[in-house]
Amino acid sequence: MSLQTSPHPAQVAPASAPFLDVRDLRVHFPTEDGIVKSVDGVSFTLEKGSTLGIVGESGSGKSVTSLALLGLHKGTRAQVSGEIRLEGRDLVALPEHDMRALRGRTVSMIFQDPLSALHPYFTVGAQIAEAYQVHHRVSKKEARDRAVEMLKRVGIPQPDRRAKDYPHQFSGGMRQRAMIAMSLVCDPALLIADEPTTALDVTVQAQILDLIRDLQEEFGSAVILITHDLGVVADIADDILVMYGGRRIEYGSVRDVLTRPEHPYTWGLLESMPHIGGDVERRLNPIAGSPPSLIDLPSGCAFHPRCTFKGWVPHGLCAAERPELLAVAGTDRHIAACHLTAETKREIRGRRAAQ
Amino acid sequence: MSSTQHLPGQTAVPADGPSAGENLLEVRGLTKHFPIRQGIVFQRQVGAVRAVDGVDFTVGAGRSLGLVGESGCGKSTTGRLVTRLLEPTAGSVLFDGEDITHTPEARMKEARRNLQMIFQDPYSSLNPRHTVGTIVETPMRLNGINPPQGHKKRAQELLETVGLNPEHYNRYPNEFSGGQRQRIGIARALALRPKLIVADEPVSALDVSIQAQIVNLLQDLQREFGIAFVFIAHDLAVVRHFCERVAVMYLGKVVEVADRQTLYTRPRHPYTHALLSAVPEPDPDGTRRRERIRLAGDVPSPVDPPSGCRFRPRCWKAQAKCAAEEPPLVRISGNPDGHLTACHFPEEPSVEARAQDIVLDPALSGSAESPASSS
Repeated sequence: MSLQTSPHPAQVAPASAPFLDVRDLRVHFPTEDGIVKSVDGVSFTLEKGSTLGIVGESGSGKSVTSLALLGLHKGTRAQVSGEIRLEGRDLVALPEHDMRALRGRTVSMIFQDPLSALHPYFTVGAQIAEAYQVHHRVSKKEARDRAVEMLKRVGIPQPDRRAKDYPHQFSGGMRQRAMIAMSLVCDPALLIADEPTTALDVTVQAQILDLIRDLQEEFGSAVILITHDLGVVADIADDILVMYGGRRIEYGSVRDVLTRPEHPYTWGLLESMPHIGGDVERRLNPIAGSPPSLIDLPSGCAFHPRCTFKGWVPHGLCAAERPELLAVAGTDRHIAACHLTAETKREIRGRRAAQ
Repeated sequence: MSSTQHLPGQTAVPADGPSAGENLLEVRGLTKHFPIRQGIVFQRQVGAVRAVDGVDFTVGAGRSLGLVGESGCGKSTTGRLVTRLLEPTAGSVLFDGEDITHTPEARMKEARRNLQMIFQDPYSSLNPRHTVGTIVETPMRLNGINPPQGHKKRAQELLETVGLNPEHYNRYPNEFSGGQRQRIGIARALALRPKLIVADEPVSALDVSIQAQIVNLLQDLQREFGIAFVFIAHDLAVVRHFCERVAVMYLGKVVEVADRQTLYTRPRHPYTHALLSAVPEPDPDGTRRRERIRLAGDVPSPVDPPSGCRFRPRCWKAQAKCAAEEPPLVRISGNPDGHLTACHFPEEPSVEARAQDIVLDPALSGSAESPASSS
């Protein structure tokens, strides 16, 4: 079952610098109506072998962040600034030609909808083989063998036969497996999965998540998982980044963030969905309103128009001043951006526990 | 949203609903086979997609039944058969004491007054060329209902009931967000004061924070107006929250049905076990180790379903009997009243972690021996 590693294993970065270091990333799209600030100052780090979950609603900038990591905004009108340091190299400044050499090889992506990400006109095997051939000097046959081997690794039965099938002949779960096979064919050091299981049934979702975890253990890749499902993040990720309106509002280890969430938006996300073991008599506690427009973000804290607790902060500070990301006491790297003081939060928690 | 007001002319039903004795909807042996035809001039049928293959259930007035299952299990088709958007191949649908299985389309209008539907996709279920007012009023006009306060006033009342601004009466659907559109769809379904609403994945196309708003709205409406629901969804947690009774479907058949408490804590069918074990939970501590079952592959094709028990090819307990004999949906020993299971070799009635994980997926079986590290 073990695969031979690619001829050029990714170099191990020195222990001091993180494997992936994103600093103050901004992606702005100029439009007729104004500048859409899809990503506005996002920073995070990721080590090899670990997983970061990026959580947020549609329009929170999670997918745009992932496209920036792949350098897919190059050649478009998007304005990208900040730093994306992958093993010390800055991907934002990298010319497209060099980015191409990395894309699919060092950084690769699993897209949300495998039916539109796979080409309907080519067989699945040919598409996977192509991804391998672009980065390796191998014969067609070797590439095809490699494709079959990858299909086998991701659990597709009769891989040598199925490699000759077209995407429409695969079921949804199998297509997603084929996508995973394609993204892993060059043993990428960084794997980005954009809502990889959203279109799938729970049973297949569980298979795919287990598979990503297994393959990560085997290849030691770093994984960024973009999702809106906190259950999926709890299941698979080490760190969690909660985004709202293109900005970070909470960031920390999964354990810290999910057991002691510090931002009212994270509270809302956790309380608005029913849980399989929850109390059915208890009413769901939805987040009021809808996500903000990225052209004209609310002043101060972007979440304040929807926040239940803005009344607890004196002098209308939430609307006036944007809260800074501050470290949460008692944790090593859990940060959150909220004006509520620790005492107020304690009081809110106490009241709600009493309810 | 809690501003749900009274629909004029509608008597409120007490929160506990009417007695469960009377069945508002009774479905018996409901079957839908979509023919597969071949040939150019003379088409002959070469097979059939057996989307729904003998489904029985009942829904009491003011009650809610959840239909869960993977995609392709026939839950949406069942919803469409109940509302007669599709013509059943066999079986019967009794609604409010009347057999509507083969009622001609012209007379279906009457039944549909009490039988409405909420669709999954709020983008394609509203006509983009009609104003919100027209969309909500049309059911009333079609049925010749003239509310005393006039169509416009009534439509505005409905918009307010579902938490929209009545002044948005003249706007078009494209001016609304997904959650608001879904509210328009709900207002349309309420326009005729139905007794039963079939909700086909009403929240799955919405953002997480919006889903809860819609679920709460539907619950308010159900309590206030005593509407019965057939709630179709693949999200097991949402179904558990909304429905008193839940039916699990697999490949066109109901494999297990019970009240929610029983089904989620004491499931008997292996498929129900597998479904429940696959739901990810935002619980990083893993205080309670849950069982881990990973099925192999996907749901087989309904064109040529497996003999006997349809879950057999993916089941770890399958024996020769499963291939030969189809298990009936009955109350098996150990089940409380109203808990029906279709299985020859039912599981222990518990979702506690089993001694060993069941991993049938070939890609994962390499790690099957070691217990799940992260659960």
